[in-house]
Amino acid sequence: MEKTIKFKLNGKTVSPTVDGARTLLWVLRTELGLTGTKYGCGEGYCGACTVLVDNEASRSCQLAIQDVEGREVLTIEGLSANGKLHPLQQAFIDHDALQCGYCTPGMLLAAHSLLLRIPQPSRQEIIAGLEDNFCRCGAHTRIIQAVQGVAAKREAK
Amino acid sequence: MTREDLYGESDNPAESTLKLDRREFLKLTGGGILILFSLGEFSTLEAQRREYPTDFNAYLLIGEDGRISCFTGKIEMGQGVITSLAQMAAEELCVPLDSVKMVMGDTELCPWDGGTHGSLTTRFFGPPLRAASAKAREVLLELASAQMKVPPEQLVTENGKIFERGKPGKALTYAQLAKGQKITRELEREAVQKVAAEFKVIGVPTIRTDAREKVTGQARFAGDIRYPGLLYAKILRPPAHRAQLKSADTSAAEKMAGVTVVRQDDLIACLHLDPEMAEKALQTVRADFEIPQETVDDKNIFDHLLKVAQEGNPADEKGSLETGEKQASRLFEAKYLNSYVAHSPIEPHTATAEFKDGKVEVWASTQSPFGIKESIANALNLPSEKVHVRTPFVGGGFGGKSRNTQAEEAARLSMITGKPVQVAWTRAEEFFYDTFRPAAVVLIKSGIDDQGRIVLWDYKVYFAGSRGASHTYDIPNNRITVFGSGWGGAAGTHPFATGAWRAPGANTNVFSRESQIDMMAAKAGIDPLEFRLKNMKDDRMLGVLRAAADKFGWKPAVSPSGRGFGISCGVDSGTYVASIAEVAVDKNSGHVQVKRVVCAQDMGLVINPEGAKIQMEGCITMGLGYALTEEIHFKGGKIFDANYDSYAIPRFSWLPEIETVLIEAKNSPAQGGGEPAIINMGAVVANAIFDASGARLYQLPMTPDRIKAALKA
Ligand code: FES
Ligand code: FES
Repeated sequence: MEKTIKFKLNGKTVSPTVDGARTLLWVLRTELGLTGTKYGCGEGYCGACTVLVDNEASRSCQLAIQDVEGREVLTIEGLSANGKLHPLQQAFIDHDALQCGYCTPGMLLAAHSLLLRIPQPSRQEIIAGLEDNFCRCGAHTRIIQAVQGVAAKREAK
Repeated sequence: MTREDLYGESDNPAESTLKLDRREFLKLTGGGILILFSLGEFSTLEAQRREYPTDFNAYLLIGEDGRISCFTGKIEMGQGVITSLAQMAAEELCVPLDSVKMVMGDTELCPWDGGTHGSLTTRFFGPPLRAASAKAREVLLELASAQMKVPPEQLVTENGKIFERGKPGKALTYAQLAKGQKITRELEREAVQKVAAEFKVIGVPTIRTDAREKVTGQARFAGDIRYPGLLYAKILRPPAHRAQLKSADTSAAEKMAGVTVVRQDDLIACLHLDPEMAEKALQTVRADFEIPQETVDDKNIFDHLLKVAQEGNPADEKGSLETGEKQASRLFEAKYLNSYVAHSPIEPHTATAEFKDGKVEVWASTQSPFGIKESIANALNLPSEKVHVRTPFVGGGFGGKSRNTQAEEAARLSMITGKPVQVAWTRAEEFFYDTFRPAAVVLIKSGIDDQGRIVLWDYKVYFAGSRGASHTYDIPNNRITVFGSGWGGAAGTHPFATGAWRAPGANTNVFSRESQIDMMAAKAGIDPLEFRLKNMKDDRMLGVLRAAADKFGWKPAVSPSGRGFGISCGVDSGTYVASIAEVAVDKNSGHVQVKRVVCAQDMGLVINPEGAKIQMEGCITMGLGYALTEEIHFKGGKIFDANYDSYAIPRFSWLPEIETVLIEAKNSPAQGGGEPAIINMGAVVANAIFDASGARLYQLPMTPDRIKAALKA
């Protein structure tokens, strides 16, 4: 059943009129024109579709659009503010934490939610936090370094 | 990517179709200096020379704004060539890296290319690109010389400018020189290129030029291409390969609002503006398939392969096996097995197509834009100039995106419906239609004398092909026989499509050989590193073995030492690579944790050391999958793996500590780097498991069940 669903997307209020059972992933990618969130498996395994809902990492392929009504959604397009890269994005660049880049948006958002929860994660905590985000290119080593880099810089401040 | 500059804002790519030929090229790009070069001239690889046209067809352009564009049919799928190729051009042209833009994989803008695979891009496309860039610099020097009235020898090129030696204040920029020019030059002889000592860009660690787009979500992949009115298509799939469609009832789907149903021969698809609705519509289609009864499965496949194998081809032959057997004081015979594995890039095969005015434009996640141009032309019965393939960023390929039926499907559906169409495979389709790395069998009979010298090597490989089958050991009686190819096989060989998978065949061959070597070392009571060094004369291999051992801090011990250390070495794509791993084996659960991997690589001239190291790390991480878990489960044409629940790929918690070493070899030609480090992963882990536990594994992947069984044996 089509209805208008109002929620905050990257800081702005949006209200698409869609079937409430549709997934957030595809509403983002089609109706809302934000293609940074990726499809990888469609069944909740790979994390390519990770977005933040009220600051928590969520698999947008498993989330009905009606369930984000009134909530705050952050996608990769909203991670940098006013053209300035988020420290994690900068760290991914500096540490070469990507190859094909297809897993990268989901990876960044998973890392972002991890740092919101645990500002100074240990290596083990980073691994646990990103465990369900897959990267076939094998960029894992650099991704961990990038996340560690951001945490270290924060501590230095 | 950079083609936006040529196409303008291409959010609506439908409006920006360009048809370029050489004469129009300068007109369209607004003039400048165009260098044409022939890849054929420069090829050192016999096979490639045959494949590539020898006329002048590769472009390097210095635009009137002084910016450099390089047009190549190669594509970027994570291997980093968008950066390393630009580095080569920047080096020879003496410009900063960011003034070079790469235009890649566009069949109308770029010259023909045989596909991006086999670690060939840098090795093969690199030399002519460097020469063309050097040529362009010569042309610029001529122009500057004429304008400044100074002989070219007294001119210096630096940072996109040319000036008389000692007078940098009075410089002409490339933009000033190219302005108003319409110069086309063919590169007939090799222009003078820089030597290693002069390098400023090559060999310098560099951050990927595509990184910013990729971290902001701006980078576009085939599924991110939008046309107004784009329909998403979901296609009816058979439950098994070779299943015959008997009947299909699409009437329910036809009644659904907004759904377009296509039925043409065996192609049945539901299309909608919303992909989820298209999927829902497809779910209502009732189809009847007849599935042939087939008995081959993931357990008996190896017997099947041995049975169907035809006559073998000798790859290497030296001495006599009879003599070898006589000289040997100990003989070893073993059979090694390797399973079908999936490429499984995180981006499934995707294509977005628009058929319009008798012409089709297709954006595809492909490793082979020119290959699919032809196959689309065939599928649509169009002359090939009516097919324009464009390649955005590709979300991983590893050999799996050389075949692209999704692009044909999208093009066909667009032609039939008259609307732009996207076909994006689901993960299940990706697992079903993959061109799997073939299952394979290796039989080895080898022998050592009482000094621990290898005197006999009789090696037969079935369906992994010759890549990686040859070795650098110094064995007087050596025969290598290759049965069947490592890519496919005659009809009836494999139950589904097979193809190249990151370093095809080499993974199986190196696993088998290096396991056998290790077994002999253990039985001879010799440390596995020493055993290898003792049986080898090849300097480059000795070099990488020693470098890896140094970095690892190798202390000699006979296996199984209980420490869990393993070694493996091999050559791939011209690159020498040695790896040493440390593992921990949980004997109760059969679980293996790889704790540390050291990998040393000699790949000749290294264009981008950071990029090369990243590729090595990627290989090591990805290689853990085929070593430990990855195998396709099937019966006949039915594939049981449909998603990551049953097919496990490496994750963060698997990650060993990885250390990489690059051997300085600036004056040897650049070799491939995208694949070599993966070839050791099966053997290095198998040998480390043996060292830890005394259990020898003869089959990949080394799952907990197989490890427990080997521990009992
Ligand atoms: S696409 Fe959502 S978890 Fe894989
Ligand atoms: S960078 Fe390719 S999947 Fe992670």
